[in-house]
Amino acid sequence: MISLAGRDILHSWGKFVFTGIGLGLLIGVTLTMAGVYRGMVDDAKVLLDNSGADLWVVQQDTLGPYAEPSSLYDDVYRTILAMPGVSRAANVTYLTMQIRQGDSDVRAMVVGVVPGGPGEPGQPGYLIDGRQITRGHYEAVADIATGFKLGQRILIRRNHYTVVGLTHRMVSSGGDPMVFIPLKDAQEAQFLKDNDAIVQQRRRTAVNPAFNRPGTPGLLDAVIASQSVNPYINAVLVQVKPGFQPEAVAEPIRRWKRLQVYTRIQMEEILIGKLIATAAKQIGMFLVILAIVSAAIVAFIIYTLTLGKIREIAVLKLIGTRNRTIAGMILQQALGLGAIGFVVGKIAATFWAPIFPKYVLLEPGDAVRGFITVMVICVLASVLAIRTALKVDPAEAIGG
Amino acid sequence: MKFSSLNRRMLALLAVIVPLLILLVYVALRSGPLAPIPVTVTKVEKTSITPALFGIGTVEARYTYRIGPTVAGRIKQVVVQVGERVRQGQLLGEMDPVDLDDRIAAQDAALKRAESVVAAAEAQVLETSARKTFAEKQAIRYEQLLQARSASEEILEARRQELQVTEAGLNAARANLDAAHHELSRIRSDREGLIRQRAILRLIAPVSGLVAARNADPGTTVVAGQSVVEVIDPANIWINVRFDQIRVSGLQAGLPARIVLRSQDGMSFPGRVLRIEPMADSVTEETLAKVTFDGIPKRLPPVGELAEVTVGLSALPETPVVPNASIQRMDGRLGVWSIENDSLRFRPVKVGLTDLSGRVQILDGLTAGEHVVVYSQRALRPRSRVTVVERLPEVPS
Repeated sequence: MISLAGRDILHSWGKFVFTGIGLGLLIGVTLTMAGVYRGMVDDAKVLLDNSGADLWVVQQDTLGPYAEPSSLYDDVYRTILAMPGVSRAANVTYLTMQIRQGDSDVRAMVVGVVPGGPGEPGQPGYLIDGRQITRGHYEAVADIATGFKLGQRILIRRNHYTVVGLTHRMVSSGGDPMVFIPLKDAQEAQFLKDNDAIVQQRRRTAVNPAFNRPGTPGLLDAVIASQSVNPYINAVLVQVKPGFQPEAVAEPIRRWKRLQVYTRIQMEEILIGKLIATAAKQIGMFLVILAIVSAAIVAFIIYTLTLGKIREIAVLKLIGTRNRTIAGMILQQALGLGAIGFVVGKIAATFWAPIFPKYVLLEPGDAVRGFITVMVICVLASVLAIRTALKVDPAEAIGG
Repeated sequence: MKFSSLNRRMLALLAVIVPLLILLVYVALRSGPLAPIPVTVTKVEKTSITPALFGIGTVEARYTYRIGPTVAGRIKQVVVQVGERVRQGQLLGEMDPVDLDDRIAAQDAALKRAESVVAAAEAQVLETSARKTFAEKQAIRYEQLLQARSASEEILEARRQELQVTEAGLNAARANLDAAHHELSRIRSDREGLIRQRAILRLIAPVSGLVAARNADPGTTVVAGQSVVEVIDPANIWINVRFDQIRVSGLQAGLPARIVLRSQDGMSFPGRVLRIEPMADSVTEETLAKVTFDGIPKRLPPVGELAEVTVGLSALPETPVVPNASIQRMDGRLGVWSIENDSLRFRPVKVGLTDLSGRVQILDGLTAGEHVVVYSQRALRPRSRVTVVERLPEVPS
């Protein structure tokens, strides 16, 4: 026994399916927009996950190292290692820049990590190819999104680095792929001016009579040497010993070392609540409008589909079909249309999401919520259509 | 007829709906958090690794001879240019002697005068000596005459007194001669001192070598100790290498090394660790070592050029070995993900040394032949679903 709705759908199945697919693409766009928003938040979280730290020690009164610049001396980590509850502490630098490879360049976040043993804080976690950095200089582990390949030579400032490993989803909060290089190189890269600037700086120092006194040979060399060092880093990543609460470890460092320390929760607040807040709200606003527009379009489609069948409904009423049967038919059709739309939308979103330049995270939770929303909208839209259908005069079936 | 038409439409509808549903199930299970994580695995091997150390350094001359004046003065001439080879003893330049030459000339004159004084004194000695001889003879004669009673006592006394006077005169003349000799040697010494002073104003190459720097030009006033010309010995260049203290264990003198110069990328020169510096750099946390070339490169690298040095250590005893990409930290413990009977398990391990190709010794926690995860698309948890692949899908082949 086939239902009334089924028969009606079969009657014009092509129209039904194509309407569903069209609707589905619209739903797909909405799901993708939700995915873009989730992806932004996830980029921020993955940045924190990848650093492998429990605590971030940064310059006093800054929101560093991601949201604000922060600068610490590179021997601060030694005193932090001596604090109670600290298991590991490692220096790290972050610098977003263009990296040259051949003729093209890629925007990436250069992370300077201490090339210690595996599992040290700051080190890239899971690789997808190659190996971790083993040399103390001139090796790089790059994210696959940079487009670099194993064994390629890339240019950061004036030094060439060999790509020895590839990672996946190692991105900055802005979605730029990361490139990990040894800390000492990164300190140099962060500080090093171009050669012309260095030469000009030397010349400027040399003509300054205070630094180039005739009776003091060697003073100029000493001054120039002291101008070209960079004992700074951006943050110290700290792992706490098992059994210690991060906040309990952070407090003595704040108090006695007079440095700012953030725990994972605070860092998430900074990144999501401050750094990407405006961009996320922008996307969120767009998502809301898109959802409303989609809902309106779904409602209109179902309404016009019903209006298109108004004569048939009048005939049904004329032959004495009960109102419940007619309402059921419209509701079932609406739900069917919504279901097809959702399925098409989900599939479409899944297939086009990887093409986006930034990460699009399609969460199953979002999909479930989207499905429920689509169904609710279909029910609400069909209520409107049912009201119109039930009000129709059976005489219309005969009349004009 | 109507039924078959309905059936046909139904089939057509199903032909659209069913693939859509299948596709939905596929995308729900194959993408997003529910999808299994693709991983690659490797077998733990029992093998010996040869760790190596990697450091960078600069080419330095083993001996740098900074040649300059010992007193402040003005440079008169610098006769060599940077890059010229010089022989030991060769004149490199000269300081302005100011009045030194005139003083030497004055000393020359004084020397001649002193020689004349010596000659005069010698003549005086001769003269007084002749007088003395005559006086002696006279005294002896008058003694004999007195015995023969041909002369008076008084005359003899006068002759004896003459003898004493001439003896005293001779002594005085000899003393004069000594004084003249001393004066001569004083003046000679003075003159030699001046000539020496003059000589140190000449900048002489202490060894055969290469002029590496010419720090001042004629006319420049330099202070004592400031270098005018720097000479290096090109046969004795070495590399001052800095090794990160984190991975410096096993470094010792005599180990073979490979040196790659920044200007000659792709070419490596054999070398050897000469010594480990007893003083490490406490600021940069690096250990310093000197590495020498086994044979000096034909094209001499400029002093100060950057060089990469890889020092090979001796092979270690066989242990289970895994790639360093497989080592992860979870809940504060270092370990690897092992796959046994398709189930994932985190195995804490104790790691040993690493070689430069990224192979890590496993000292405890794994045995050879086990399978461990190397690459993974996402972070793994104990309940993660994984699918073992040859190569992760993102990796370009």
